[in-house]
Amino acid sequence: MTEYHLTTPISEEDARKLKVGDIVYVSGEHVYTARDEAHQRALELFEKGERPPVDFEGSVVYHVGPVAWQKNGKWQIVSAGPTTSIRMELFEDEFLRKYKARIIIGKGGMGSKTLAALKEVGAVYCSFTGGCGALAAKGLKEVRAYEWQDLGMPEALWVITAENFGPLLVTMDSHGNSLHDEMDKKVAARKAEVYAKIGVQV
Amino acid sequence: MKDPAQVIQDTTVRLLRKAATVLPADVEKALRAAYERETNATAKTQLEAIVKNIGIAREGIPMCQDTGIMIFYVKVGEKFPFMGMIRDALTKAVVQATAEIPLRPNAVNPIVGGNSGDNTGKKIPWINWEIVPGDSLEITAFPKGGGSENVSIVGMLKPGVGLTGVKKLVVDNALSYMGKACAPNIIGVGIGGGADIAIKIAKQQLLRPLDDHHPEPEVAEIEKEIFEAINATGIGPMGLGGDTTVLAVKVDYAMRHPASLPVGVAVQCWAARRSTAIITKDLSVQYVTHPVEEK
Repeated sequence: MTEYHLTTPISEEDARKLKVGDIVYVSGEHVYTARDEAHQRALELFEKGERPPVDFEGSVVYHVGPVAWQKNGKWQIVSAGPTTSIRMELFEDEFLRKYKARIIIGKGGMGSKTLAALKEVGAVYCSFTGGCGALAAKGLKEVRAYEWQDLGMPEALWVITAENFGPLLVTMDSHGNSLHDEMDKKVAARKAEVYAKIGVQV
Repeated sequence: MKDPAQVIQDTTVRLLRKAATVLPADVEKALRAAYERETNATAKTQLEAIVKNIGIAREGIPMCQDTGIMIFYVKVGEKFPFMGMIRDALTKAVVQATAEIPLRPNAVNPIVGGNSGDNTGKKIPWINWEIVPGDSLEITAFPKGGGSENVSIVGMLKPGVGLTGVKKLVVDNALSYMGKACAPNIIGVGIGGGADIAIKIAKQQLLRPLDDHHPEPEVAEIEKEIFEAINATGIGPMGLGGDTTVLAVKVDYAMRHPASLPVGVAVQCWAARRSTAIITKDLSVQYVTHPVEEK
């Protein structure tokens, strides 16, 4: 369990150093929020040969629908814990191949398509503790832009400067390891013991 | 003379603010105890983040960006003189709290689409009414997050499977969603009545203090067995492994139809937000879960 403090843009080499169980804190200007609709739009733009308003290469993409408000004319993130990542399984592998983001952040983990793309591209998936919106907001220091506002506050592309955003726990790495898959196996192995406690015979 | 509608509204705004930003003392205590007790290093990082997050939120920041769909439990004394003002005051309080705290707008029209923007709309806020003896009003704000609600279920079991079948349903559900409901969770179970009654009882259990036990020993035993079984899974905080998967399991029941064994399972994330106040007929207010600090 090694602790890393990384600054964006993150290189492929640095991303490949990260292993399941490592802790990461992220700083820098290439931190973007994206949920279902932002992923979809980014892929559509790529198909059309158009460019999104930000450069995703080396970036950190956070699955989150933040609570934000405007104070003195400036947007601020109020609370921003992760959303369930598996919804983005539909898009994430293509997104990674096309845009080469290096860290995807969310909760609950992702599937085999994403795991394969992480390996191919050289990127990791990190879990941020679900529900910890106030803690996340501390690390998301500045909103530099609020793009794709037509998608609504949660689905929009928020362009953020982060400062020691974390702790992020690497739960899927570029070496084909997934803590989520491992947990499924571990829990399944305990099923008989669990059932015994409620009098169910397997 | 104070304006009764305004007193109810102001009280409710404070309930919503406290619910969003400060966990009830029993929940915070249980999370801190889980952190101290945890032996798994990964789980410890998750519980540490939760404990830190609770500390930051206390400054007045919603602890989770999903500030929930607006649900109230209201107990109205049969002699409370301002009964007719309650629904309107609660709705106005929701609109005010959404703008001021702020809360995330979480009221979406399922038919034509679109977010109302202020957390109100058809049947929302949802109010669970109960008429009780007396002349005061008790309001509990219970904003409920979407992630844990998505894994709440109703099972219509065959009576022949008995209580073992009931326990298996709850445990199998926990095994299927793993940590996705932001574990450590609190699980409410309602047995009997009918489909709607079972899930209603289940959700009401989420209002019970974490350290209580059902007064009937047979029911308390079911709570204990399910609690121990789910914590033996090793699912842990956020499903990343660890000793604490549930903080509590609470069970209650209603009589059942001879042909039916309905079971409701209500799942609550660790951010178990609830806040209660009592308003007397003279409009004095007592905050139960989040007392006003003496100066």
